[in-house]
Amino acid sequence: MLKLIWTTGPYIATIVFIVGMFWRYKFDRYGWTSRSSQMYESRLLRIGSPLFHFGLLMALGGHFMGLVIPESVTERLGISEKLYHIVAVAMGSLAGVMVVMGMSILIYRRRTVTRVFQVTTKMDKLMYLVLGTLIGLGVYNTIGINLLNLPGKYPDGYNYRETVAVWFRSVATFSPRAELMSEAPLTFQLHALASMALIAIIPITRLVHIFSAPIGYLSRPYLVYRSQTAKKSRRGWEPTLR
Amino acid sequence: MRVMAQIGMVMNLDKCIGCHTCSVTCKQTWTNRQGVEYVWFNNVETRPGIGYPRTYEDQEQWQGGWTLKRNGKLRLKSGGRLSRLSKIFSNPKLPGLDDYYEPWTYDYDNLISSPTTDTVPVARPKSLITGKNMKIEWSANWDDDLGGTYKTGQDDPMLKGIEDSVKFEFEKSFMFYLPRICEHCLNPSCVASCPSGAMYKRSEDGIVLVDGDKCRGWRMCVTGCPYKKVYFNHRSGKAEKCTLCFPRLEVGQPTVCAETCVGRLRYIGLFLYDADRVLEAASVENDQDLYEAQLSLLLDPHDEAIIAQAKKDGIPEDWLEAAKNSPVYKLAKEYKVALPLHPEYRTMPMVWYIPPLSPVVDALKNTGNDAENVNNLFAAIDTLRIPAQYLANLMSAGDVTVIDNVLKKLAAMRSYMRDFNLGNEFNEEIPNSVDMSGEDMYEMYKLLAIAKYKDRYVIPAAHKETADRLEEAMSSGCSVNFDEVSPKSTDGRNPIPVAIETFSLTKKRMYSETYSEITDEDKK
Ligand code: SF4
Ligand code: SF4
Repeated sequence: MLKLIWTTGPYIATIVFIVGMFWRYKFDRYGWTSRSSQMYESRLLRIGSPLFHFGLLMALGGHFMGLVIPESVTERLGISEKLYHIVAVAMGSLAGVMVVMGMSILIYRRRTVTRVFQVTTKMDKLMYLVLGTLIGLGVYNTIGINLLNLPGKYPDGYNYRETVAVWFRSVATFSPRAELMSEAPLTFQLHALASMALIAIIPITRLVHIFSAPIGYLSRPYLVYRSQTAKKSRRGWEPTLR
Repeated sequence: MRVMAQIGMVMNLDKCIGCHTCSVTCKQTWTNRQGVEYVWFNNVETRPGIGYPRTYEDQEQWQGGWTLKRNGKLRLKSGGRLSRLSKIFSNPKLPGLDDYYEPWTYDYDNLISSPTTDTVPVARPKSLITGKNMKIEWSANWDDDLGGTYKTGQDDPMLKGIEDSVKFEFEKSFMFYLPRICEHCLNPSCVASCPSGAMYKRSEDGIVLVDGDKCRGWRMCVTGCPYKKVYFNHRSGKAEKCTLCFPRLEVGQPTVCAETCVGRLRYIGLFLYDADRVLEAASVENDQDLYEAQLSLLLDPHDEAIIAQAKKDGIPEDWLEAAKNSPVYKLAKEYKVALPLHPEYRTMPMVWYIPPLSPVVDALKNTGNDAENVNNLFAAIDTLRIPAQYLANLMSAGDVTVIDNVLKKLAAMRSYMRDFNLGNEFNEEIPNSVDMSGEDMYEMYKLLAIAKYKDRYVIPAAHKETADRLEEAMSSGCSVNFDEVSPKSTDGRNPIPVAIETFSLTKKRMYSETYSEITDEDKK
């Protein structure tokens, strides 16, 4: 049973995600937004939201480092496991603290500011539950296990790069090695499970806004023209280049 | 040179009675939905006053519009691209709901369903945001007719430097109304602020719109617009703004606000402008040169060379014809009596205002002098510095001479036409004293005072290629079927179609002098 989760779970989640995103884009483009509640309340948001989002971006970067880049590569670059571990735990803890603080402020805000609570949907609650669980487990793994060694089993921290990361890459190359996952501590397993759940529900929540990160803004001309007949639209001009 | 067409509007402030009809009809047309209860695409402000949203004109606080960098280049006042993207998780310059107001309704049901009691039942105000009882403390026009202005008036950003004198002038009833819609700017900072590229300017007519399907709710446009005329729908999470009623304009009808304006003070027509020079004009160094720079963008629709270029740039024949008869071009460029609102924001706004002469006339009347004598009026314009300075802060980046010139033209027209009305001989010296010919002045009078429907609105009926399709859609009235008995018509007869009008019928009604010109034949 467990084995089945580690071999098929990621694929199911990904398929649900892709189909869901396609469906959402096709049928609910108007609903595709971050649904900002800043108009209702901005004092708490101004602190909570950047903390949460920048913390998450850091954590995402960390996951990329840890899961995608194999240990052998960092070693060949002359970074010892020990050094890597110290940096990863330090940065991870910082990100974890930011995210938890940010999220606490945001949830507190959502609960106590009537205007914000009023517009909180069932989907939002589901999302908060899954995301909160995921973050809680992740922070416990980083700070609880790897930094503080709370369970007492891993004095040097748990080296997930030998199990979880390898499993992750094996999934990506379509030859999943489930046994690696079963070896990992329970909280790591649950963290992976929660992340699959989150990926699957992204299309039906406001999280779709992640995929609208407006990077193109950095390079497009300031002014946008559109023609009604829309055969070719003009590119506009560039106020910064005189 | 690249010639583009722009639909523009002029409002003659002397005629605005502050009735808010325009705001209400606009609201019923566009924003009577959840999430936009607080949104007024058209609002009417009493000036002096702090405006809607509160003190929106204070760009040091709200960071709207453009600013000139030290190297002479234009940049959004709220920051460069990277710095603005970094603030995407929490926009520090977004007006909150309380800077607008918390919309409400009343618990009317309590009036009807209340049992017999000794006391009169009341309808308590209920917030449309939380549904709870609330205390009404502010609204979109709380300081209407200077109500409460003794308390809030000094916050009017346009009073900077003249606060003391205006406090005094209040007793002398220096007050006017300022109806505002989106300016459909030539250099729109809202468009430039949108990270998703969801906002755009239509290349045919210059109307600035939000593509709701592309908008991701980053709220940067709200900050970007110095006039605060992009609003955030707090339920759908999308930006919304004044559309200049483009579905009406496309079939040659004026906007709802203009059509329903009680004072008949709005003019709609075409400008031709040089799109290649917009940036250059918006980047002139001195704020007070921006008005002239903006004027220089407007091209003469009678000039053969410009007509030829316009044709090359794909502007249809009927549009060029409309541009020649454009009332807004005449008022802004030929007579130079209409001024842009806040040229110093450098967005090149395309809704222009004729500043009100009435504060001057009223003051003059109160002193017992003849308020239609040109010399008296000129002298009053020169001595009543406060209204002029205030108007200058609104419409010419503080340059009083621009306001003086306009007011003098309006004053001259008043006196010149009095002779006409009294059957005296025209005094040609009057128009000449403000550099106009008698003929022009008479034309201006016809446009401003008589203001016939067909002179106020010169809107090319439709884009040539699509005209047929649009007219067909209008006249076949797709939503209600005449022939079938509606299940809702209780007496078994056909329902009376209330909202069905063909384009030609509407047009006929608008242009006819009497009701009898419309026959039953037309209605079929
Ligand atoms: S006035 Fe209209 S076009 Fe101009 S910046 Fe504001 S929203 Fe944009
Ligand atoms: S309807 Fe006309 S007169 Fe009335 S407030 Fe609006 S602009 Fe002024």
